[in-house]
Amino acid sequence: MSYDTALTVFSPDGQLFQVEYAMEAVKRGLCCVGVRGKDAIILGVEKKATSKLQDVKTIKKVYQLDHNLCMTFSGLNADARILANQTRLQCQQYKIYYEDDPSVDYIAKFTSQQQQKFTQRGGARPYGISTLIAGFSNNKPKLFQTDPSGACSEWKATSLGKSAKQVKDFLEKHWREGLHEKDALLLTTKALMDVVESGNKNIELCVIRKNECWFLNENEVEELTKITAQLQ
Amino acid sequence: MIDFDPSTFGLAHTYQKEDKDEINTLSMPSAPQVIYRSLNGPTQTNGGNKLNNFKHGTTTLGFVFKEGILLAVDSRASMGSFLSSEQVRKVIEINEYLLGTMAGGAADCQYWLAYLANHCRTYELKNGSKLSVAAASKFLQGILIGYKNSGLSMGCMIAGTDLSGQHLYYIDNDGMRLKGDIFSVGSGSTYAYGVLDNHYRYDLSLDEAVELGVRAIYHATHRDTASGGVVRVYHIHQNGWTKVHDGIDVVDLHYKFAQQKGLVGDGDEAKQRLF
Repeated sequence: MSYDTALTVFSPDGQLFQVEYAMEAVKRGLCCVGVRGKDAIILGVEKKATSKLQDVKTIKKVYQLDHNLCMTFSGLNADARILANQTRLQCQQYKIYYEDDPSVDYIAKFTSQQQQKFTQRGGARPYGISTLIAGFSNNKPKLFQTDPSGACSEWKATSLGKSAKQVKDFLEKHWREGLHEKDALLLTTKALMDVVESGNKNIELCVIRKNECWFLNENEVEELTKITAQLQ
Repeated sequence: MIDFDPSTFGLAHTYQKEDKDEINTLSMPSAPQVIYRSLNGPTQTNGGNKLNNFKHGTTTLGFVFKEGILLAVDSRASMGSFLSSEQVRKVIEINEYLLGTMAGGAADCQYWLAYLANHCRTYELKNGSKLSVAAASKFLQGILIGYKNSGLSMGCMIAGTDLSGQHLYYIDNDGMRLKGDIFSVGSGSTYAYGVLDNHYRYDLSLDEAVELGVRAIYHATHRDTASGGVVRVYHIHQNGWTKVHDGIDVVDLHYKFAQQKGLVGDGDEAKQRLF
């Protein structure tokens, strides 16, 4: 008997195969990186044009959830869009309810709860994405990762998708506490460039500061990749 | 998690549906599911039967000063001209860092402030951080707007401390929420405002602030028949709240203040002043 055709069936050794397969989809997704600095968090993600005719500029893979909260992902593009929209709505609803901005913990928990809902429901499949959620709470930068099983944890620096292991090894070697925004930005770019065909067309970067998000445009990304290449 | 359509925000039944996907083994009893709003204005409580007309017989006050917030309240409950109690506790201890004052319908205040306490605690457990005073007061406002025009009677102050300091909010059954430095609520509030506005300064010391609060309540109880009993005083500071006075009888205060003014009460006051 195959235990992987329905979501709501455990296998004899305690696995939910559909959730595992969803995580497999994430592992084959395009690479994304998150690095937590002292006064900023950097999210970087690989973009790939499926054809020369496609305008890669218009693919936006870092979603802004609130004025100082951003999310990126590895896995299925469309699932990410849906989850980001739900989380955006939740941010605003929280404000109506409580007047304050929601903390990054709260939003990460909400996102992971949404993902968990779909691991315990008949007739539905899990979200095929793992997300990186970055923002500031109580003036402290925070980076969270969620995955299709609904798990949620905080990270200093992490990476998802293809070549995630390679990037994580690189980050383990070079990340240190208290990175300034510029250093964190260079670290993220370097980590991505190792696994992505370099060039501004294939990398999207976002800097999350205490009160705003800076989405680097293609000229800035190109400049950054040039600087990083020289530093090698 | 919050799970409602923003266009139905404020309708009473949304608070029933919160966390509908989670298994609630311990659900608090709460008000009916759907409230039909009357388009004709506030519903009358018991058609004006004075014996059951509990409304607004109170003086409560609160003000922000450099040492935090001071709350002072009286303790009289009246049903028309019948005094039902002289020992009511009109400051409700929501939790260790939030206080609420009661004016208007005692039942409404007690119930909804207890509901707020339940919500604050649940939030704290779920999210690992406490709700701010702004958030708690906003949450209460959300509830009261849902019951607008259905006969709730509440004029309460939410005062507390959080990471950004000590804050004072006024919330009433019309759904009004005001942040402020000085509030007085109830039938005796006009008298209390007179004394408060006269002597309030931000840089009062704690003792001066307590004295001011006590005086203001005393003057209100002296002139307003629906206020009286004892004065209870609370102080909110960055570590939570402290009960400064559990009950000073206003009758004792009356003679104390009279003595300070040199009044003996023998009818010869005017003569005395000639000397």
